[in-house]
Amino acid sequence: MTVSPAVHVWSAILFVAVLAVIGEVMIASGMRQLGDLDDIRASRGLGGAIVAVLTNARFVIGALCMALNFFSMLFALSIANLSLAGPAIAALTYVGNAVAAKFFLRERVDRRRWLATMCVVVGVILLSH
Amino acid sequence: MKHVLKPSQYAILVAIMLSASVGDSFLKRGMDEVGAVNVHHLGLLWHALFNPYVDIGIVLLIIFFATYTTALSWADLTFVMPATAFGYVVIALMGRFWLHEQLSLSRWMGILLIVGAVGFVAGGPSRTEHPELDQMDAGAGR
Repeated sequence: MTVSPAVHVWSAILFVAVLAVIGEVMIASGMRQLGDLDDIRASRGLGGAIVAVLTNARFVIGALCMALNFFSMLFALSIANLSLAGPAIAALTYVGNAVAAKFFLRERVDRRRWLATMCVVVGVILLSH
Repeated sequence: MKHVLKPSQYAILVAIMLSASVGDSFLKRGMDEVGAVNVHHLGLLWHALFNPYVDIGIVLLIIFFATYTTALSWADLTFVMPATAFGYVVIALMGRFWLHEQLSLSRWMGILLIVGAVGFVAGGPSRTEHPELDQMDAGAGR
């Protein structure tokens, strides 16, 4: 049984988007855990703030996901057209982020933010045409 | 309650909007000069590091990551997201006014929608307050 190329392309697109969502949610969660960086910089200096960020486990996992996302994006672009993969990955990432922010970060994603997310998704798709 | 942003925090959001898009444009310009990189020409990636456009692009993307991380320390992910999307608008407008490319009607609509999204979100609170969660995190993480 052969798998159609479209399945390959969409699996790659989905994989890249899921990595981006995990990465951004982990980074956001780590930064929420740390608290306002301006306050940390005021008390421990810029070096102290950088150390605080780089030693936060959630931030490091998130950054690793983003690095993996970057390389998997290169792979996705080698099997899919930029005009399909670019907006598809961006749109899926924005929707995925909003859903993940609601359920994992417990952000209050109200009607205003859903509307903004949908505008961004449609806007990104229109801009890429 | 941190629902009103300080001027320095607005500056961070503007830096997010500009750094990624301008950085990408510099990288694109630099990589056009370096040439196509593939598995057989991986050495070109080393060569690319000596291209000034690529270097400026890398510095701008580091600035993007630093400002994005900073913004997430005081704002929600769903608040910062439209600001990152605004980078697409910056790239389209740079194409229009700097490279004199024609923008189609659908691209102008896309620009309007993303600008609208930034406006919707900016009108609301920047952070969901979770006193009980923040306390749990403070106990576990610091």
